[in-house]
Amino acid sequence: MSSKQPHRSPGSGGPAIETAGLVKTFGDNRAVDGVDLTVPAGTVYGVLGPNGAGKTTTVKMLATLLRPDGGQAHVFGHDVVREADTVRGLVSLTGQYASVDEDLTGTENLVLLARLTGHGKKAAYARAEQLLDAFGLGEAASRQVKNYSGGMRRRIDIAASILNTPDLLFLDEPTTGLDPRSRNQVWDIVRAVVGHGTTVLLTTQYLDEADQLASRIAVIDKGRVIAEGTKGELKASVGAGSVHVRLRHAEQRAQAEEVLRRALDDARIQLEADPVALTARVGESAAGAAGAAEQASRALAELARTGITVDNFSLGQPSLDEVFLALTGHPSEPEPPQDADLRKEADLRKEEATA
Amino acid sequence: MSTATTDAQDLAPVRTESLAELLIAKERPQRPSALSASLTFGWRAILKIKHVPEQLFDVTAFPIMMVLMYTYLFGGALAGSPREYIQYLLPGILVMSVVMITMYTGVSVNTDIEKGVFDRFRSLPIWRPSTLVGYLLGDALRYAMASAVMLTVGIILGFRPDSALGVLAGVLLLLVFSFAFSWVWTMFGLLLRTEKSVMGVSMMVLFPLTFLSDIFVKPETMPGWLQAFVNNNPVTHVASAVRGLMEGDWPAADVAWSLGWAGLLVAVFGPVTMRLYNRK
Repeated sequence: MSSKQPHRSPGSGGPAIETAGLVKTFGDNRAVDGVDLTVPAGTVYGVLGPNGAGKTTTVKMLATLLRPDGGQAHVFGHDVVREADTVRGLVSLTGQYASVDEDLTGTENLVLLARLTGHGKKAAYARAEQLLDAFGLGEAASRQVKNYSGGMRRRIDIAASILNTPDLLFLDEPTTGLDPRSRNQVWDIVRAVVGHGTTVLLTTQYLDEADQLASRIAVIDKGRVIAEGTKGELKASVGAGSVHVRLRHAEQRAQAEEVLRRALDDARIQLEADPVALTARVGESAAGAAGAAEQASRALAELARTGITVDNFSLGQPSLDEVFLALTGHPSEPEPPQDADLRKEADLRKEEATA
Repeated sequence: MSTATTDAQDLAPVRTESLAELLIAKERPQRPSALSASLTFGWRAILKIKHVPEQLFDVTAFPIMMVLMYTYLFGGALAGSPREYIQYLLPGILVMSVVMITMYTGVSVNTDIEKGVFDRFRSLPIWRPSTLVGYLLGDALRYAMASAVMLTVGIILGFRPDSALGVLAGVLLLLVFSFAFSWVWTMFGLLLRTEKSVMGVSMMVLFPLTFLSDIFVKPETMPGWLQAFVNNNPVTHVASAVRGLMEGDWPAADVAWSLGWAGLLVAVFGPVTMRLYNRK
């Protein structure tokens, strides 16, 4: 990492991606309905949205796989339609489904792609070996990819995408269906890639993934960008936070709920599974985060005055889940990954793979 | 549940240091030439044959069956004996079998195109048709195998070509024609939604095209309207050319017609295929 140096600039030094009014329709369905995005170079940009929001279609247009029906898109200043070939030289795509040939082995896949990007035979094999090694796939190198597990597929997929360090890497739902451990490893890879100057456009339906990796996030729903900004901005724009309170005595919870509701102007109070814990939403009516803190301290003073013992409290920013709910009026689906669910999914994938 | 957990534990960790080294290497080689990219895709096709050798069934068992069936079915009636007949039949049945095998190109394009790997190929800065040309190159190898198998069986049954060079030239001509003809199937492979419909359309085209030719009998005995079709059928031209070459002649007109048809097929179906490929 010591020899990290500024990445050669593939364009004017402007944004990595700039789109204006991008539209793609399939029959009557406006899958992408006027998307405006500006993705700064050298960052991870998260595109967050539920299934069918238009994330993949947008990525496909940017990666020159689909022709837009309207609007414009530039990648490092190059038009994705008129200069498609130049754009292809700058980008790499890891699709939602394995973008490698399942009938070939890990080595064969990487050699194939290395040859296609112009490496000589010897260089191609050397590069493939280095990559497989770095991605911990050395032992699986001569196995057909169809026998790989979900986590291994993701790795070979990403390895194929960084055969030649791309200027812009599209990762379309890179961790869907992975167990938590494999997911963390993919996150590490993404951080390493972006640390070396590659811009990453990441689509995800997992709020915590966008939260973990992305510096800016666009929330899209039904083919439109409904919010855009840094994580902080997004959260602040919703203007709500929450106070988590832990009481000493569980029997005081009902009373505490009543006090909080009164003190916080009919705020929504949620009783947690833990019998001594409750959470109140603050700052929904007042102006932003400052209002939230003020309200919270008022609420705590009120609790103390009525003789309810508070063991612990914290003031939290809204989760991206709450952001999504506030922006779209419907919850994001699916729920943020539950470990058990993920394992089940990973198992299914593996069964499919070995079948 | 245990599979996923053990799987994650079995996997060697990602080595961030080696990864960093790889990422620093920013050198980007020159893009490959059209030929080099096509050959690389041809290599992919060969690797697929290597991993799934069963798919060679259609270029080994099927051609043998064709030679045996038609030699003994029609031989006695049409030429007095199977041994006499095969002298006339073999070049034609060779053309028929190989032209029929070309339809598998459409099937494999159709099943492959839906897979994610095509998205990757299409996002590479390479000569666009090379992916499909690679298929056809791999298939040309299969056609060559089928030809070798059929010639061997034919020679065992009594086929005696007059010129070894003519045999080679005949097979080469057939490969060129089949390569060109396959573009019809790449088009259908991209156009039709399911593998089954590709098969269905292929059969509709291939049966009349191969049977209504001079492969089994000379056209003289056919009614006039059928002769008109048979004599202008590209398969007739190719079969006549291959037959002539194997007899040691130089059937210039038929060779020219065959190559002309090949050129026309590529000129028409190549661009249509590429248009579909780019839109997919």
